[in-house]
Amino acid sequence: MAKIWVFAEIAEGKVHRVSLELITKARELGEVTAVALGPGASSHVAMLGEYGANRVLVHEDSTYDEYLAEPAAQTLGDLVTKENPDLLLIGTTYNGRDIAARLNARLNCGVITDGASITLDGSSLKVSVPWYSATTLVDVTIEGGTTKLVLVRPKSFTSEKLATPLTPQVENLNITFDNSVKRAHIVESVVQKSEGPTLEESTVVVSGGRGLKQAENFSLLTALAEQLNGAVGASRAVVDAGWVPYSYQVGQTGKTVKPNVYIAAGISGAIQHTVGMKGAKYIIAINSDADAPIFKFADLGIVGDALKVLPALTEEIKKRKG
Amino acid sequence: MNIVVCVKQVPEPTGTNRMDPNSLRIVREGIDAVLDPADEFSIEAALQIIEAQGGTVTVVSMGPTRAAEAIRRGLAMGATQGIHISDPALSGSDALTTAKVLAAAIKRTNPDLVLCATESSDAYTGMVPGGIAHFLGLPQLTFAKKLTVANGKATIQRQIEGGYQTVEAALPALVTVTGSINTPRYPALKGIMQAKKKPVEQLTAADLGFGPDEVGQKGAKERVLGWQPAEQRKAGQVVKDDGTAATVIADYLASIKVI
Repeated sequence: MAKIWVFAEIAEGKVHRVSLELITKARELGEVTAVALGPGASSHVAMLGEYGANRVLVHEDSTYDEYLAEPAAQTLGDLVTKENPDLLLIGTTYNGRDIAARLNARLNCGVITDGASITLDGSSLKVSVPWYSATTLVDVTIEGGTTKLVLVRPKSFTSEKLATPLTPQVENLNITFDNSVKRAHIVESVVQKSEGPTLEESTVVVSGGRGLKQAENFSLLTALAEQLNGAVGASRAVVDAGWVPYSYQVGQTGKTVKPNVYIAAGISGAIQHTVGMKGAKYIIAINSDADAPIFKFADLGIVGDALKVLPALTEEIKKRKG
Repeated sequence: MNIVVCVKQVPEPTGTNRMDPNSLRIVREGIDAVLDPADEFSIEAALQIIEAQGGTVTVVSMGPTRAAEAIRRGLAMGATQGIHISDPALSGSDALTTAKVLAAAIKRTNPDLVLCATESSDAYTGMVPGGIAHFLGLPQLTFAKKLTVANGKATIQRQIEGGYQTVEAALPALVTVTGSINTPRYPALKGIMQAKKKPVEQLTAADLGFGPDEVGQKGAKERVLGWQPAEQRKAGQVVKDDGTAATVIADYLASIKVI
């Protein structure tokens, strides 16, 4: 049976959802070992078993929370070298990417990023990766007998608990770090909470881009989202411009959302944005440029001024709801 | 302050990329290529540091002959000099090899600070900067939306889900920056003229100690097996707003039972 390892990322005291998605996928491919690192890691063992981890390697050490990437890359690197699993799956998160890059170099192994499907036939791996604005699905493999590293974006797979949870075999790691991995020091973490339902969970997302002209106009989105009980998102351009905090960003370097309805206002539909929202069931786009790429795949496209349409739509919905 | 900025020439991001069915590689011939817009932020960040503190900015790129244009663009923005690693043997290199080769070139300049974009705008792997940091033995500060360099230390605000972190490391260090960090300057005519006279060192794989089998497609650990067109969403109804757009959308939302 193939040995599939999953990096179980712990963020803000919880197992990151992408890690649960990966464990769910991993159990189709072989026997699952989850690696959980950081303070409180052992408290997540039961949950990792519910999703299909046969075994959990645990290291409770605050160094992982105090320094970026290098402590985790060292631990994972040493473990992989010792046990040579077939696959190591890591979620495409901020920490996941940092750790994977370092690990890739350290292990001198092959890496595939952005895996959309993963099959393993014996030791032969096939991963489909969307390329060229997601117009093409390319099948990529890594040859050789060493551990293969695959990164997967959140929501690429569905997480699902087993009918009967497993009780994972737990191994507590005994590692002491020296100063060589204690370099990129996390001095402070600041959480910027956004109000209302979260982008990832909400069934309706109302997003804005440059077409909204200025930061103040984001209130038009908030008002509409309120009527639809939805969350507010944004394109990278307006996050970079400082209109809204980063937590709003939908897209390649932001969040991946799969709501029932996605309303894009003043968003042209650049690939950077669309990879984060193309999984929506229905897409409604409002843009003043009739040639905007977003109209090529929106279910309903309105060529018009979002600044006029948004408030009118909010009023119309209010009226219909009575 | 000796700063190295890694840059890449990429196909014009708004263009349509396609694959050569025989080589299974991206078609670069006949496609407009530009300095990756993501790299303009790291060049700008480097320039701001040397303008305040003095020093040099070296723009380094691995790529075909025409990638020299991307280096020139960096020089036109104000970088001091360039390094262009260009060698047919490097064609088809994977992220790991790219990191090894760039690290070998950067090492010779003995930098205090290495700046990279978070990821390139064509391949999006995001694996190269961390690899460079590893091969240079440097700490990596990532996803910076703010960067301060003072007292032998680099301090960043690092973007994370739902907030940011303040992270610091002693120099030398590698930092990856996001598009939030600054507004890149547009090269002035004077800068464009001066860039033509700035030195660009040319290097091959052999100059950096790599044999032809270690790099390029031969050295890559990943192999493309094949491809198929991805399922595409189809365009729906597109309506020009004649003042009734709100009603049209509300009717649509009602038809899919959202309201």
